[in-house]
Amino acid sequence: MVTREYDIAIIGGGPAGLAAGLYAARARRRALLIEKGVLGGQISLTELVENYPGIPSINGFDLAQAMHKQAESYGLETEYVEVTGIERGNTKWLMRTTGDGFRAKAVIITAGADYNRLGVPGEERLTGRGVSYCATCDAAFFKGQEVAVVGGGDAAMDEGLFAARFASKVTVIHRRDQLRAGRILQERAFANPAMNFVWNTVVTEVLGDEQVSGVRLRNAITGEESTLPVAAVFVFIGQHPNTDFLKGLVPMDAGHHILVDDWMATELPGLYAAGDVRQNSARQVATSVGDAVTAAIAADHYISDSFPD
Amino acid sequence: MAKPAEVTDADFETEVIKSTVPVLVDFWAPWCGPCRMVAPIVEELADEYNGRVRFFKLNTDDNVQTASRYGIRSIPTLLVFKGGEPVAQVIGFRPKSELKRTLDSVVA
Repeated sequence: MVTREYDIAIIGGGPAGLAAGLYAARARRRALLIEKGVLGGQISLTELVENYPGIPSINGFDLAQAMHKQAESYGLETEYVEVTGIERGNTKWLMRTTGDGFRAKAVIITAGADYNRLGVPGEERLTGRGVSYCATCDAAFFKGQEVAVVGGGDAAMDEGLFAARFASKVTVIHRRDQLRAGRILQERAFANPAMNFVWNTVVTEVLGDEQVSGVRLRNAITGEESTLPVAAVFVFIGQHPNTDFLKGLVPMDAGHHILVDDWMATELPGLYAAGDVRQNSARQVATSVGDAVTAAIAADHYISDSFPD
Repeated sequence: MAKPAEVTDADFETEVIKSTVPVLVDFWAPWCGPCRMVAPIVEELADEYNGRVRFFKLNTDDNVQTASRYGIRSIPTLLVFKGGEPVAQVIGFRPKSELKRTLDSVVA
């Protein structure tokens, strides 16, 4: 297996990783972006990003492509492999992946977050058969049918509203008695006649043989059980940071978010974390990009200081 | 480059079901971000498996009949057909190495 040398390696190709790549490449550092799946990360599944300053409205996948093209034009390299572990050598960082190995003077972790699953019977078996984590991908298959959305945050409302363009009825199932989503999304959701809300309720099972036929529900306060017939369940119940491959290496909080200082630096020399993987991230495209730019500038300074030519 | 051709409800029977070699069908739609990410990988596979597997794209917006016949409820979905029957299914974006394993298991 070959080991390739870089100045800065960036793990994760969402908005944070793409922004770090742009700054690292523009600093004339040999920079590598490592992505295990789809460039853009979570926003590649977002139909419209409407809160990135200066861009009134853009498809998430298109925004990611534009960021990538911009960074590549300055020399950013990209590899589509998964990092399975990283370790500190004498002065540099070593990364094991599902492909080649990489060595870099500094590493910026922008591995982002993955959606949480319900963890109830039927969910895994019926994924792709009515259970979905991406309404923008799958809602069109449920034209004129009734569907459920689980969750009460921005993603749940955003995707629920998208599903409402196709479905005859969208039932939002939320475990609390109010939404956590931003005001504008809440206003749109409440104003949409296809959107219905079931409060203080959790899903206990996804029902169906070949395809989803309904969900079993339990009222979190009264304990009362019921069944809601739906053709699809779209799940948006938060996310967890993708930091498993760093366990035991770098200090994290109880939610497995990486602890960093104001320069996005971890306790370990030349190791930075930015975006959804770090503690106290606001989890926005704009804040992730800001974090990552800070980290890339810090990494550039670190290399100048620690590896004088 | 052996680009995957478009297949529709109208010619699915002739192109896919009656094919004498295995066929991979990429179920996609223009509005689906991950589908756009899968497309270039499918194109590379079409090159690498040229002659052994035929590759098609099916737009699920325009070809509802076929999509619903095979119970497609999520895209991207890749279905591999052998002897007219679906023998392997990959739902969602997957790395190329995994798709190759799937194809190899069918071609072997």
